[in-house]
Amino acid sequence: MNQTTITSTGVNPHPVNMLRKREPKWQSFLRRLLKSPTGIIGFLIILGVLFLGLCGPWVAPYDPNQAELSKKLLPPLSDGHWLGTDQLGRDIFSRLIHGSSVSLIIGSCTVLFAGLIGTTLGLIAGYFRGWADIIIMRIVDVKLSFPFVLLVLVINAVMGAGLQNIIISLVFAGWIIYARVVRSEVLALREKEFILSCIATGVPRWEIILRHIVPNLFTPIIVLSSLQIATYIIAEASISFLGFGVQPPQPAWGNMLSEGKDYIFSAWWLITFPGIAIVITALGVNLFGDWLRDVLDPELKGN
Amino acid sequence: MLPEPLLEIKQLKKFYDIKTGWFQPKQQVKAVDDVSFTVYKGETFGLVGESGCGKSTTGRAILRLQEMTSGEIWFQGENIAGLSYEKMRKLRRKMQMVFQDPYASLNPKKTILQILTEPLRVHGLYSQEERVKKAIEILEIVGLSEYHLHSYPHEFSGGQRQRIGIAKAVILQPELIIADEPVSALDVSIQSQVINLLLKLQRDFQLTYVFISHDLGVVRHITDRVGVMYLGKLVELAQTEDIFTDPKHPYTKALLSAVPITHPDEEKDRVILAGDVPSPLNPPQGCTFHPRCPDCMMICKTEKPPVIDLGNHVVACHMYST
Ligand SMILES: Nc1ncnc2c1ncn2[C@@H]1O[C@H](COP(=O)(O)OP(=O)(O)O)[C@@H](O)[C@H]1O
Ligand SMILES: [Mg+2]
Repeated sequence: MNQTTITSTGVNPHPVNMLRKREPKWQSFLRRLLKSPTGIIGFLIILGVLFLGLCGPWVAPYDPNQAELSKKLLPPLSDGHWLGTDQLGRDIFSRLIHGSSVSLIIGSCTVLFAGLIGTTLGLIAGYFRGWADIIIMRIVDVKLSFPFVLLVLVINAVMGAGLQNIIISLVFAGWIIYARVVRSEVLALREKEFILSCIATGVPRWEIILRHIVPNLFTPIIVLSSLQIATYIIAEASISFLGFGVQPPQPAWGNMLSEGKDYIFSAWWLITFPGIAIVITALGVNLFGDWLRDVLDPELKGN
Repeated sequence: MLPEPLLEIKQLKKFYDIKTGWFQPKQQVKAVDDVSFTVYKGETFGLVGESGCGKSTTGRAILRLQEMTSGEIWFQGENIAGLSYEKMRKLRRKMQMVFQDPYASLNPKKTILQILTEPLRVHGLYSQEERVKKAIEILEIVGLSEYHLHSYPHEFSGGQRQRIGIAKAVILQPELIIADEPVSALDVSIQSQVINLLLKLQRDFQLTYVFISHDLGVVRHITDRVGVMYLGKLVELAQTEDIFTDPKHPYTKALLSAVPITHPDEEKDRVILAGDVPSPLNPPQGCTFHPRCPDCMMICKTEKPPVIDLGNHVVACHMYST
């Protein structure tokens, strides 16, 4: 570290540290975001999807379920329909906007609940080891032998279609990846000398977990979540595409793809736009997650 | 005045079970094998030996940072070997540790303020404001300043980090500090500064040190008594001056002759150690040092040496049995 010489005028010799002390968190967050082009792009995409998901009903130019057979399969930019209409004459743009709330709810709810359950179980398995570890990891291993989407599909088929059930089945299949990642992180962390140093200091056990282990899990969990949100959105789309999950006529990007697949050669816009929406959203979440990982690591700060 | 014992280690053992293969029987690494010694209040007790001889294991077992196989640890008249996590936790206010690698032993996600106030907080000492004041005080004592409070460990040099590690241990004003090679990860130019800081803190806070090191020069400079370890066993224990001027055990003699001569008129017979340190997995029969010992006798190959007291100078070697 650079040692600035102390001047006789009494000027603060460590301006950087004083600056950090005064600057509010959100301000330094914004300052750092503006420095990263990919971070901004990800952030704007997420803001956009959030806006559409929350304000969809007021933004959408048409009623997403209003069928008008005389106007079916109109190509983009015709007759006031920016992205065209589908086989029932419904406005694709309006359906996309309404569908974004489904993706939003699925992505956030699944990450939240799968993350909470998986992190807790991974923490218990990794920190306390013993029989809890054996049982939890056995379940994880068994579940891992099924492909993720197949597992979701089977659970969803058993439970029945619908938004709530698809979230439950995604959480049911999704927590294992959190448990695995968190467990291996905790296993590595508990061998770290600073955890030994905490014990030597006299920190109570639960405080070691909450104050020293959990904060060191944020970065891997956030990175994982940014990848998982995309996986969940795509999984929902796949399940809905296969006819489970969110049922028509409620618009979701997945079932829009499913309904449009029969027109893939005659009306390309039916599946292209929901596809693009899925890709852009997944990309945005990943870009933002990457940027967040860099910011959350104090060792990388200032670089 | 009779010295008052602060810490007594009795027959400390730590064996690691090692599985070498599916059908092989379990093997044991005797990392620490029957070590006993006493540390008196206010002194600096040195523990020396080659790397891998069990110094760190001993230090960590004393602080119950590592479960031991058997033995007793008497601290201020109480055997702490079997205490629960919570009881031990409260006792830790009086016994602290300084780690070898100051970077690994500080949580990278915590500021210096958080690192230094935590010991006070978890032991319920002072109010929040007073803790901040104490942290600033101790920072200045170890040669850093208030401006460093909101920095993270990675922003410091190795020497500064070790000062923070020392501050974290001293802020509780403990009775005992076990320092496990506190300067061996540092630049040679920084080492003496940190050693001097440790000496100053010992005077100001009446600390007792167990100083673990493989650097004999440093050990001679700061310790009052020294225990020499070889393959998990204590082979010699005496006043520092006696060890350095009149070593008894052939291993100690060999170890000392490997140190560069500091005074030109100081004469030395060079003893070169033959071979490598044997694997602790299969320690030699009899005296574990016999394959490398220049004075090896018949008895050394079959029988474990007795511990012989030569008057304030203890040595485990057949040469001194009558
Ligand atoms: N977790 C472990 N499992 C097996 N053997 C170990 C373990 N930790 C240390 N050892 C062995 O115990 C011996 C003593 O190690 P240590 O106390 O670290 O030595 P020192 O600090 O003197 O260098 C070494 O031979 C080492 O290989
Ligand atoms: Mg060591």
